[in-house]
Amino acid sequence: MKIGTVLKGLHHDENELARTLLRVADQHRADHEVFHLGRDLADWSVRHVREIAAVAGSFGEQLDPAPDDTPSPVDQARRWVSQRMGRSSATELVLVRDLRDVYLRASGVLTDWEMVGQAAQAIVHDELLELATRCQAETKRQATWANAKLKEVSTQALVV
Amino acid sequence: MSIDDRITDVWGDRTPYARGGRWPDRVDQHLAAGIREEDVDRWVQTASTLHSNGDAFDIAVRDGRIVGVRGRQDDRVNHGRLGPKDLFGWQAIQSPDRLTRPLVRRDGRLVECSWDEAMDAVVRRTRELLDEQGPSAVGFYTTGQLFLEEYYTLALVAHGGIRTSHVDGNTRLCTATAAEALKESFGSDGQPGSYTDIDHADVIALFGHNVAETQTVLWMRILDRIAGDDPPAILCVDPRPTPVAKAATVHLAPRPGTNVALMNALLHEVIARGQVDEQWVGAHTVGYDDLEKTVSRYSPDVVSTVCDVPAADIRAAAGLVGEAEALLSTVLQGFYQSHQATAAAVQVNNLHLLRGMIGRPGCGILQMNGQPTAQNTRECGADGDLAGFRNWSNQAHVADLARVWNIEPKQIPHATPPTHAMQIMRYVEDGSIRFLWVSGTNPAVSMPELARMRSILSQDRLFLVVQDIFLTETAQLADVVLPAAAWGEKTGTFTNADRTVHLSEKAVDPPGEARSDLEILVDFARRMGLQDKDGQPLVKWSTPEDAFDAWRECSRGRPCDHSGLSYDMLRDGSGVQWPCTDEAPDGTERLYAGGAFWASPDDCESYGRDLETGAPVEEQEYRALNPYGRAVIKAADYRPAHELPDEAHPLQLITGRTVYHFHTRTRTARAPELQAAAPEVWVEVSAHDAATHGLREGDLAEVRTRRGEVQARVRVSDIRPGVVFLPFHYGYWDTAEGWRPGDHGRAANELTATDWDPASKQPIFKTAACSVRKVADGDGSPAPVPRTTAQAPVSAASTEGGPR
Repeated sequence: MKIGTVLKGLHHDENELARTLLRVADQHRADHEVFHLGRDLADWSVRHVREIAAVAGSFGEQLDPAPDDTPSPVDQARRWVSQRMGRSSATELVLVRDLRDVYLRASGVLTDWEMVGQAAQAIVHDELLELATRCQAETKRQATWANAKLKEVSTQALVV
Repeated sequence: MSIDDRITDVWGDRTPYARGGRWPDRVDQHLAAGIREEDVDRWVQTASTLHSNGDAFDIAVRDGRIVGVRGRQDDRVNHGRLGPKDLFGWQAIQSPDRLTRPLVRRDGRLVECSWDEAMDAVVRRTRELLDEQGPSAVGFYTTGQLFLEEYYTLALVAHGGIRTSHVDGNTRLCTATAAEALKESFGSDGQPGSYTDIDHADVIALFGHNVAETQTVLWMRILDRIAGDDPPAILCVDPRPTPVAKAATVHLAPRPGTNVALMNALLHEVIARGQVDEQWVGAHTVGYDDLEKTVSRYSPDVVSTVCDVPAADIRAAAGLVGEAEALLSTVLQGFYQSHQATAAAVQVNNLHLLRGMIGRPGCGILQMNGQPTAQNTRECGADGDLAGFRNWSNQAHVADLARVWNIEPKQIPHATPPTHAMQIMRYVEDGSIRFLWVSGTNPAVSMPELARMRSILSQDRLFLVVQDIFLTETAQLADVVLPAAAWGEKTGTFTNADRTVHLSEKAVDPPGEARSDLEILVDFARRMGLQDKDGQPLVKWSTPEDAFDAWRECSRGRPCDHSGLSYDMLRDGSGVQWPCTDEAPDGTERLYAGGAFWASPDDCESYGRDLETGAPVEEQEYRALNPYGRAVIKAADYRPAHELPDEAHPLQLITGRTVYHFHTRTRTARAPELQAAAPEVWVEVSAHDAATHGLREGDLAEVRTRRGEVQARVRVSDIRPGVVFLPFHYGYWDTAEGWRPGDHGRAANELTATDWDPASKQPIFKTAACSVRKVADGDGSPAPVPRTTAQAPVSAASTEGGPR
């Protein structure tokens, strides 16, 4: 059975999504909605990481329930810069790229959850199906947020 | 009782009435000293502009000056009554420091100039930026205090002429969540209930709504029901000991930022006790199953810990709303300006949907407004939405508005949601908006995090136009200041929180060269040469009545239909509730009778948003969810606030208002009785916190958050322990510094955070973590703070008012 392998990949991707959301939040502290929502939505992925780890044991994978979100020195430097760069419209262009990154990563995670959900139905694993259904819905909301924000920012950042 | 006592006796004498009865009349009148009724030359029809209740009254005029006011006995809203701000506030517009000539900035100073010079400067800069960058460089930030005709003209000029999507009002700070919650639940904005529901309700629930101070006349109506036969039970949710809390059958004082948890517990109990009207829910709503699943996790015992409210009290409150025969709920800033604002306000709608209590006498929802004309900002599109509650993401609606305006649909910006006020300021901050026209509001005091706001508004690269009646803090930062006519000096209509439209006639001339906001906007459109698709002037009117008639056509067939209204009709009678049409020629008392909503995919104003992320719901998703246009039950989980108390900031700061002042005191501080009643900022702390932090009544204290500090005299009150309250009215225009703090902050918004509700985009003013410490001992006398209302001192049962 390959479900363990998929969960391991998903565990990695959710961690990456959480890290990306936190990085984007930190990088755009002057953009308050991105800052707050980025952190809020990173929490969702952190929770997913924990829940994946909890279920992965049944599929032969030992995964770390703690998120891999320790800020690196680079992250801290980025935070310092972001607070001082808020007065330039160039930062909005960076934001467009960053939201695109969040959207693509969330879309990847969404696909992972779809795969897990399909497999859970195939083996009639209620716990895994419930987890996949619930998390997939939340991942979709993360992607939808990034997409909506991207659309909004594009109408300003790309025409200035 | 003498009217002069109405500063201390805020609500006046009782006129009790029984359930289902008619609220008795009581005509309140106040004339200037030495003026008798026979001295009055004429009485001129109007309504309140210092709160959102819409009390109708007449202005007394003698020798071309306003000399007093008298309530209109035949008006459905107030039956003749007036509150303190109505009785005394009119004096402000005759203040000698009114703006009377336009000002432009030359060599760093504002100097007087002609209208031609001022408008040429405005038009020149607008043109330059449109050529250089396009409409994305231009923003408009208006108010909740202009008239319908002015908002509609502004929306046309901004959306149809300049073609910018950067249009909003300060209604974003006061009423945006009301609008959003109504759109989420019912597909469209529009107040479901009516003030007359007070006459019929057996339970009145007030959620974060200190009606005794925000709408005094509405509270008089409730007090008169309480004093009569078969009185209603009152549920109050508020962390402060408001007059509502003191009159309440059940008072819940939850920890700030936990409203969603509390509402979910009430819904949990209503479902657990089998009080859901299942047939009604099945016939008129979608989304029930999701709500049932969500709130199953919120038992009173669990929520008791989250909110720090006894579980027994939550059960008692649930008993009131669950067993009510006719439930009236009202909601205001305790929900709208707090964490998870829309999600919490929507749960109040859900309560009524579960119980099938909407659109019948006594069964009402009043998602309130903070400002007198906020409803018009919303319906005319001056809050950024499309005029007439049209849906910006529905191509047919955009095309219909383009038809009304005789322009091409693509000329109306609708690629994204309208830019809300907080985002407009962000674009000003990053330099992509370089022209901002502020009318009738004062963001340098009313927006959150004032140090940031001042640095945004004082940038050299920003061209700031301010249109106002006084030289506010914001006006002092402007490049051009345009002197506006005030209420009483111009004609127009405006609409209160229960959809009642009033006509307000010109009583006196504006001072000096001041012009009405409508005249200024029409002049701007003419000078800009704004045209429709046939090369005719885009704005086809210049008088208020013509503007109103244009609006009647724009609103025709929409939920806010004004087609049956006219100036003549409003002159002959008094207030009329929209929709007013050929089919409903006398107006409409309650919306959604029989569960008929404006929520079908083709009709609705909005497909809604994700309450937690704010992302707009796509059309296809909405069509799948709600093909038949039922009410939408939206569930929400509780999430902790972003800024929680810690060791350095152990308390929670909430800001709010007092009954004696309005907004940033530009008018009320110029009415002697109102100013004397609440002359200086204060801070309310509980007896428990006062003891912990070594504070006594009258001491000078410093309140500090991560954003700044404010110094204020201490009032020890019965406020919930752990919570600190500051009134938001006090800025700097009447201090030596003029527009910014001197050595210490005075404005509550020095302390608030830049953070907003994802769905309604309303800033959060009620969950900042703060510290309090003593700066200096008082002299033993009480703080100069009103004793009448929510800030009554802890030990006093006195109704004696006013500072010493």
